[in-house]
Amino acid sequence: MSLSLDDVSRIARLARIEISPAEAERTRDQLNGILSFVEQLQAVNTDGIAPLAHAVDVVQRLRPDAVTESDHRAAFQAIAPETEAGLYLVPKVIE
Amino acid sequence: MTWEVVIGLETHAQLQTKSKIFSGASVAFGAEPNRQACAVDIALPGVLPVLNREAVVCAIRFGLAVGAEIAPRSIFARKNYFYPDLPKGYQISQFETPVVLGGGLTIHVGEHEKFVHLTRAHLEEDAGKSLHEDFHGKTGIDLNRAGTPLLEIVTEPDMCSSAEAVAYAKALHSLVTWIGICDGNMQEGSFRCDANVSVRRPGAPLGTRREIKNLNSFRFLQQAIDYEIQWQINEIEEGRKIQQATVLFDPDTGETRSMRSKEDAHDYRYFPDPDLLPLEIRPEWIAEVKAGMPELPQALQHRFQSAYGLSAYDSATLAATRDTASYYENTVLAAGSANAKLCANWVMGEVSARVNRDGLDIAAIPLAPPLLAGMVQRVADGTLSSKLAKEVFEALWNGEGKDADAIIEARGLKQVSDASAIEPLIDEVLAANQKSVEEFRAGKDKAFNALVGQIMKASKGKANPQQVNDLLRKKLSG
Repeated sequence: MSLSLDDVSRIARLARIEISPAEAERTRDQLNGILSFVEQLQAVNTDGIAPLAHAVDVVQRLRPDAVTESDHRAAFQAIAPETEAGLYLVPKVIE
Repeated sequence: MTWEVVIGLETHAQLQTKSKIFSGASVAFGAEPNRQACAVDIALPGVLPVLNREAVVCAIRFGLAVGAEIAPRSIFARKNYFYPDLPKGYQISQFETPVVLGGGLTIHVGEHEKFVHLTRAHLEEDAGKSLHEDFHGKTGIDLNRAGTPLLEIVTEPDMCSSAEAVAYAKALHSLVTWIGICDGNMQEGSFRCDANVSVRRPGAPLGTRREIKNLNSFRFLQQAIDYEIQWQINEIEEGRKIQQATVLFDPDTGETRSMRSKEDAHDYRYFPDPDLLPLEIRPEWIAEVKAGMPELPQALQHRFQSAYGLSAYDSATLAATRDTASYYENTVLAAGSANAKLCANWVMGEVSARVNRDGLDIAAIPLAPPLLAGMVQRVADGTLSSKLAKEVFEALWNGEGKDADAIIEARGLKQVSDASAIEPLIDEVLAANQKSVEEFRAGKDKAFNALVGQIMKASKGKANPQQVNDLLRKKLSG
């Protein structure tokens, strides 16, 4: 499998990364290089082997259901670009 | 030309926990904006999610209640999308290996019964809220809801009308509140449905579906689906093709309209979240949760039918909520199971009417089950006629008198079943109504009823009507 320039610009758009045409070409070559490594991995026979979701073979630790966080709104909003009436303001989101 | 409708539902049920699914912030409704959004919820760098045990318990309870398989190992995944209501840039959800697999719910539409299969149910976090009021052309973001635990419950495309979809949604709503995993408050968004709708010719392959998002009332669910079905049929009959889309329902116009969304909005690029390890649920844990489960609505309905001889309809009505069922059952326990049907009539009739009229919580009404039971017993043993019983009920409801017997005594409402007390009344009435007596003897049955009415009136409604009937008939034929 290899990626086209169109694939690269689509991925960039999904990730909200702006790339120039020159960067797109370089990125395509790098991504294709990574994919060729993956192709080698895919050549290994994995019949009967359960997919691995995590590199470490341990299970999720659980937290008791208790409210442990207090209100730090003022501190968080002190570093926000813009706030009003307790809300974070962001460029208009239109559905 | 007929059309077949195919509907599948996805429901988001907010789980009744105290804290968020991956952080220790509170999930209480109605706080000031961003006062319940901690570093994890606003996605500051370096934070790590830690799974709330209670959210998993809720998922297990649900899985047990719908007869599903509970995955011994399930995986959390990142669903990538850029929207300021989830500042991480992804939602933590489950994709390939959800916590609950399969199962289903039986629904009733009129006389018709149907089993709706569930595909899956998975745990995920809710997003924050975007406020589009005027903030100088900007959008205001409240992240209090971000990270609230949700169980997304997905059906197979098993429903074929809006009525079935609503019946399913109601059955599911009743179940999740019954087992105590969701408060079911639709206005606050604790229980919201997305409906996938498509139409096809009978026997044809599935049509292209459109998804109606965020329906937060049963009425909107019905209206939106009905509108959407008609819209799709019109499009196809006019020669156009249905494009897969996400649509919103506008309650003001009663129409669905396509959301302006980019073609790649659905490219979520799921992958396992490296911040969370696999969730392991051992059989011992499932057994422990199972031991704490209440009797489920369906089992209870069957028990009401077999133990108390109630009809399927009465059983379903009484088992609509856990509180109604327990009110009924406590009444029967106090009144005796021989009076189960009579108790059912009073609970479904007078009690429910007043609870609904005044918007009360049946678990907290002053008319406690033993008081109602005491009155029902006086109806059953003939002390009270049904007419007088209503008067006693009204008095009990208003807290006048300590119990039914005290009210009957104080107001002299006791039904008269004593022949020696009724006979003089009959003689009196017969003497005063010779015309009716002659008419009856001439074969006019109506005259008999007129006489009974007169006698009841003479007794001020207290004579036992059955007794009056018997005695009168005996006298007239004698």
